[in-house]
Amino acid sequence: MKAAEFDVNEKIGNVREILTDTQKKRGILIHAFQQIQKEHNYLPEEQLRLLSRKLDIPLSEVYSTASFYKHFYFKPRGKNVVCVCAGTACHVRGSHKVLEKFEEAFGVKEGETTPDLALTLETVGCVGCCGLAPVVTVNEDVVGDLSVKRVEALIKEVKGK
Amino acid sequence: MERLKSIDDLKKLSDRLKDETFRPEIPRVRLCSGTACTATGTPKVLSAMEEEAGKRGINLDIVKTGCQGLCQKGPVMKVEPQGLFYQKLKPEHAKAIISYTVLGNIPYRQSLYRDNILSEPIPEMTDVPFYKKQLRIALRNNGLIDPKNIHHYIAVGGYSALGKALGSMTPDRVLNEVDKANLRGRGGAGFPAGKKWKHTKSAQGKTKLVIANGDEGDPGAFMDRSVMEGDPHSLFEGMLLCAYAIGADYGMIYVRHEYPLAVKNLTHAINQAMELGILGKNILGTNFNFTIDIREGAGAFVCGESTALVASVEGERGFPRPRPPRLSERGGGVWGYPSNLNNIETYVCVPPIIEKGADWFMGIGTKNSPGTKVFALTGKVVNTGLVEVPMGITLKEIIYDIGGGVMDGKKFKAVQTGGPSGGCIPERLLDTPVDFDTLAKVGSMMGSGGMVVLDEDNCMVDVAKYFLSFCKSESCGKCPPCRIGTYQMLEILEKITTGKGESGDIEKLTAIGEKVKESALCGLGNSAPNPVLTTIKYFRDEYEEHIHDKYCRAKACSGLGVYSIDHEQCFLCGLCKQACGFDAVKETSRSFFIDQDYCTKCKACYLACPIGAVKIEKQKRKSVSVSG
Ligand SMILES: Cc1cc2nc3c(=O)[nH]c(=O)nc-3n(C[C@H](O)[C@H](O)[C@H](O)COP(=O)(O)O)c2cc1C
Ligand code: SF4
Ligand code: SF4
Ligand code: FES
Ligand code: FES
Repeated sequence: MKAAEFDVNEKIGNVREILTDTQKKRGILIHAFQQIQKEHNYLPEEQLRLLSRKLDIPLSEVYSTASFYKHFYFKPRGKNVVCVCAGTACHVRGSHKVLEKFEEAFGVKEGETTPDLALTLETVGCVGCCGLAPVVTVNEDVVGDLSVKRVEALIKEVKGK
Repeated sequence: MERLKSIDDLKKLSDRLKDETFRPEIPRVRLCSGTACTATGTPKVLSAMEEEAGKRGINLDIVKTGCQGLCQKGPVMKVEPQGLFYQKLKPEHAKAIISYTVLGNIPYRQSLYRDNILSEPIPEMTDVPFYKKQLRIALRNNGLIDPKNIHHYIAVGGYSALGKALGSMTPDRVLNEVDKANLRGRGGAGFPAGKKWKHTKSAQGKTKLVIANGDEGDPGAFMDRSVMEGDPHSLFEGMLLCAYAIGADYGMIYVRHEYPLAVKNLTHAINQAMELGILGKNILGTNFNFTIDIREGAGAFVCGESTALVASVEGERGFPRPRPPRLSERGGGVWGYPSNLNNIETYVCVPPIIEKGADWFMGIGTKNSPGTKVFALTGKVVNTGLVEVPMGITLKEIIYDIGGGVMDGKKFKAVQTGGPSGGCIPERLLDTPVDFDTLAKVGSMMGSGGMVVLDEDNCMVDVAKYFLSFCKSESCGKCPPCRIGTYQMLEILEKITTGKGESGDIEKLTAIGEKVKESALCGLGNSAPNPVLTTIKYFRDEYEEHIHDKYCRAKACSGLGVYSIDHEQCFLCGLCKQACGFDAVKETSRSFFIDQDYCTKCKACYLACPIGAVKIEKQKRKSVSVSG
């Protein structure tokens, strides 16, 4: 969704009945980031400018709010996003080794994107599939019970995508 | 779906659905469609089952349920009426399961649960050790119903507590029942829900909010996720009862964005409930109004803290602020409206309390911690998964009887409870009963219910470092004790785990830890030092070893110990030499050995050796030479 298309009243939900216009505009800010990011896969500057104008929130505020949250990005991200779970269950079952393997295979560090925008490598606190630790998500898919062999296969698969 | 216009309508619908849904004469499978099982293959198993049933023309009722708990053995499925439990399903099993069980009424051995390859398989779900000692209140419907079908929920008795409350109880009576049941908050601190509800109710102002905290940022925890995904209406019913009791018109569920399936299922369920007239205006024809909105988080752990959550919902950065004002007070909640914030599991426990009464609830668990608690049992334990047990059960029972003990025959070392705010409990305290107060007494806490089993291969210093680095990176940075204190503690731990520890480090860690605990602004900083402080308390010798012997007994920290090759064992494969990036492994005509001058203690050779011939040992303490 583009910043210009937001319907503030609809997005804020049922509580709109008790809110002032300013509260509504502020209240949908994070939701707006999510929508923009869904479309562009990051938060492009011109969209943030549009949003700032539309919601009457200074750009600096818009930016400082977005940058507080880990989920928002200001640079384009890879076509595939691989996210290694670094939660407790995964940590004690060796997720750091899984991360190293990916770093090696793609020549990037955690949090980086390959120059050809093929892949972004990240870690997450826990994806909530701890029973299958160590766990990796590839885009929307959860892949668990990773062994050295399965990591290698997975790397191949991601490279092929 | 027709809108229900009265409580009587609901009652009639409920009676009808009880007869028509889940009819005993129809063969039925309850196939887990939770996140973990979906990842391990549920969709393929589902289509194989559907196809096979179609081919044979049998009327098989396939219920796609939420998480059934034993995710590690997924995809899992329960078959009725036999009550059989099948695990690790593959599409190719569908045929056999239909011929053997659905048509032939006998178990299909290959898919049954067994403790190990040598033991006898266990057909019935209620006999599987993992399920045997469990008692399900919060998870009562998880694994039973299809979360996308509101009729399923009603068929198993859902929304009847709401009907009862609206039809025959005053708001005060609902509140008193929850208060009397002494339902303590399941999100961590264990503050009684009834007291919180009373505060909010007595706050000034007509408009009030009911908020459910589904942020679940604790690494290693996934109970709230399972409920939101697998039984959303139970959550709504709990929130509705709260709203009725305290006089609130608006509700909100704050969900972490890493849970897309939860958001999807909640949204779907809200729409169904609106359509049916269970949410919205004039609910069931009464003058009670209540709506629910969903708010997605954006990847900040601190937003689970109540005041930070408020800021985040309002569209600000998620900074905590001092309390008072509390959320339950005017000026303290979201947009200043008094707000009642509870954890997901807390709300989900309310409908059974209203239905069966406070006395029933108080009969379960312990005197000061009635009811059950859901734990995410993970780490080095045979059966990982979600378990719900009555309070008062011992750690040992959970880990050994339900969890099946430590994986791979290794030795138990500790259990970490309560996530980053909790602590590590050693073996000698395994008989500790699990309830809010006893866990706090041994220096840990209930937290949201993460329970990580650690074995001899886990280094306690490393585990403490892990939790601390989590808190450090999640610190919002607003207050210096947390921002700087966790940073300093982490520096010291880093030093210790890389072999550069010095005497006095433990004392420094303790001193800084105590300061941070006392002076941080919010719960994140207040509890961040806990894992470090408890590991120092119970595993001080491991810290001493790292510092003085430059040795890590778990062999988890690189950079420690002296590396050598046991020539008795070594069969000269040469893998260690290949693995060493520093040319420290030397070869003679008859043996391999490690040159200590080149060795960086990177552990590559240790990991490479297929038979464990590379040894890591304590450094001999140098005797202090007294020069005359
Ligand atoms: C840093 C931090 C993170 C928290 N995260 C959560 C969370 O993810 N879910 C939750 O229910 N409570 C969380 N809490 C506790 C909440 O602040 C609050 O006490 C709780 O939601 C109240 O619900 P209860 O009384 O039903 O337990 C967190 C607290 C702190 C300090
Ligand atoms: S204790 Fe930490 S997380 Fe809490 S307010 Fe202070 S800096 Fe932020
Ligand atoms: S890897 Fe092990 S067995 Fe092989 S040469 Fe080295 S020490 Fe010997
Ligand atoms: S810790 Fe990795 S999925 Fe929970
Ligand atoms: S997701 Fe299937 S048992 Fe947990």
